[in-house]
Amino acid sequence: MAYMEQIDSPLLPETLAVAGAFDFAAFTAADVYGALGREQLRPVDLAALLSPAALPLLEYVAERAQAATVKHFGAAVTLFTPLYIANYCENECVYCGFNCRNKIRRGRLNETELADEMENIASTGLKEILLLTGEARRQADLDYIGRAVAMARNYFTVGLEIYPLNTDEYAYLHKMGADFVSVFQETYDPEIYATAHRRGPKRVYAYRFHAQERALRAGMRGVAVGALLGLGDHRRDALTAAVHAALLQKHYPGAEISFSVPRLRPYARDTLTDKAGLNDPRGFRLGAGVGERELLQVMLAFRLFMPFAGITVSSRERAGFRDHVLGLCATKVSAGVKVGVGGRTLAEKGDGQFEIADSRGVGAMRAAIRTRGLQPVFKDHVYV
Amino acid sequence: MENGRTNQKELTQDWLEIGGRRFRSRFILGSGKFSLDLTRAALENGGVEIVTLAVRRANMGGEENVLDYLPPGVTPLPNTSGARNAEEALRVARLAREIGCGDFIKIEVIRDSKYLLPDNYETLRATELLAREGFIPLPYMYPDLNAARDMAQAGAAAIMPLGAPIGSNKGLLTKEFIRILVEEINLPIIVDAGIGRPSQACEAMELGAAAVMANTAIATAAKVAVMARAFKLAVEAGRLGWLAGPGRVLESRAEASSPLTGFLREDETD
Repeated sequence: MAYMEQIDSPLLPETLAVAGAFDFAAFTAADVYGALGREQLRPVDLAALLSPAALPLLEYVAERAQAATVKHFGAAVTLFTPLYIANYCENECVYCGFNCRNKIRRGRLNETELADEMENIASTGLKEILLLTGEARRQADLDYIGRAVAMARNYFTVGLEIYPLNTDEYAYLHKMGADFVSVFQETYDPEIYATAHRRGPKRVYAYRFHAQERALRAGMRGVAVGALLGLGDHRRDALTAAVHAALLQKHYPGAEISFSVPRLRPYARDTLTDKAGLNDPRGFRLGAGVGERELLQVMLAFRLFMPFAGITVSSRERAGFRDHVLGLCATKVSAGVKVGVGGRTLAEKGDGQFEIADSRGVGAMRAAIRTRGLQPVFKDHVYV
Repeated sequence: MENGRTNQKELTQDWLEIGGRRFRSRFILGSGKFSLDLTRAALENGGVEIVTLAVRRANMGGEENVLDYLPPGVTPLPNTSGARNAEEALRVARLAREIGCGDFIKIEVIRDSKYLLPDNYETLRATELLAREGFIPLPYMYPDLNAARDMAQAGAAAIMPLGAPIGSNKGLLTKEFIRILVEEINLPIIVDAGIGRPSQACEAMELGAAAVMANTAIATAAKVAVMARAFKLAVEAGRLGWLAGPGRVLESRAEASSPLTGFLREDETD
């Protein structure tokens, strides 16, 4: 699309070439032990840890991952919460609740509502926020997002999970007070990507892929990468996301890199296809879903491959899972999550993107972290 | 030879002096990797008088604020963690002053998220900027003699070279270079980062370091309080070893009396 900036970057072909080079079925237990014995993992070691051969050895992998987490993060676990400020969307993504064909309530918070929601969040003690929108440049324009960022910075460290922007637009939001940008590629497989994103600006794979680089070039302090595990082959997507992250760090050494690990759960095909409107005449087929064991395998592999990178665990996961991955591999956790537009001080103005499985508030989350001998961290950033 | 009384006097007057202030303890504790509940136990058992803290973590008036957990008598040494260049370090230092941490500041300027190695060039610039604004800068640096000299010249109150990559617990990998700093720089040399075991802390002190800083080694120990005490004793032992002046150590073989110079005549008069 015409407004989409193209940057000069070698990362896309490099990422796909590195991540496409391994056959997961070919790895053996010996490869997994070999990977665990290395101080600095190579992409081939990461692939071994993501392979089926590593599943029976998950306990050993977890031991190593826990040691790496403790070494790099100590007891610290950072708390944050997302605030959906608008859910208008022009994309037709088969897996997403904001899909433009879905008949849901749409809305965006006005400035009074933004202030009320932020006051409410601040009163829980939180100091870090993630502002989210759907992709609709008309209804949630840059100026609007900039105003929301400027308000949020008075209370919080501000991260963004919004539609991809050009470098100058990221620079503007950075100037307004945002320092972190999350963009998830959903799947790195270009063919599945094309099928899963049927309509809208999100169809342009490369523009989305280069979003983190544009954000970093614009002065943002950190970026998050991730794939919606289960949309394509979750092993390949996890491997590619991690290679993407590693190359970002290599090309932008100062960047703070983190991972998010959303997944599609195992499901009864009929139920989901009916529910999400997935009866695609062009034949889109979701994978079988990703179970907790496979999800943990991915998180542990990320930890060992990039021991210094943050890993955020979503409120889509149940409390018992989240509690156990803290200190083991995850370093950041959301609390008091609402996935509708607003919803803390006023009735939701728009419907949610997905269902949450862990609705614990800040107090309960903080207590859970402390119970595990870990240290809840409310603030870990200064905007300079 | 000194008698026992002289030794005793020397020891009681053995202060760590930084920026015009005196400290008895030469064991500096980091705070970033601790559960705050354990911080106090570590401080008490380690006999710690200086604790470093990241300004970015200070949550004034908010939840889980590290400054609320420091017992009276412990001096907070704020660091500029998160700064990627000298100007950012200056801004973080000003924040430290605003929240009441005084003028002491450990300069950390890092633009590598993987190894967290300090950037000596920007750290030197930051030392200049901060000293000019009246701060008492303690730059965390890669042990390079030229950089250390320049930092001293720029107004550093101490030099804090790394022993090994931060959090690595690998010990004194840079031992030879730290030894050179100890010999050449007329400021306290505080070994920071990489010290993983009490024996390594002891070794750094024997080498002539003025103090040792550790965080991960204590915070990740199974028994935090016990490890803090172990570090305290190791640092004290190493200091005493340095003050005592280590004896000569033979390298690989016994030494004959004078194998190379024995031919010399002592009396050439006949």
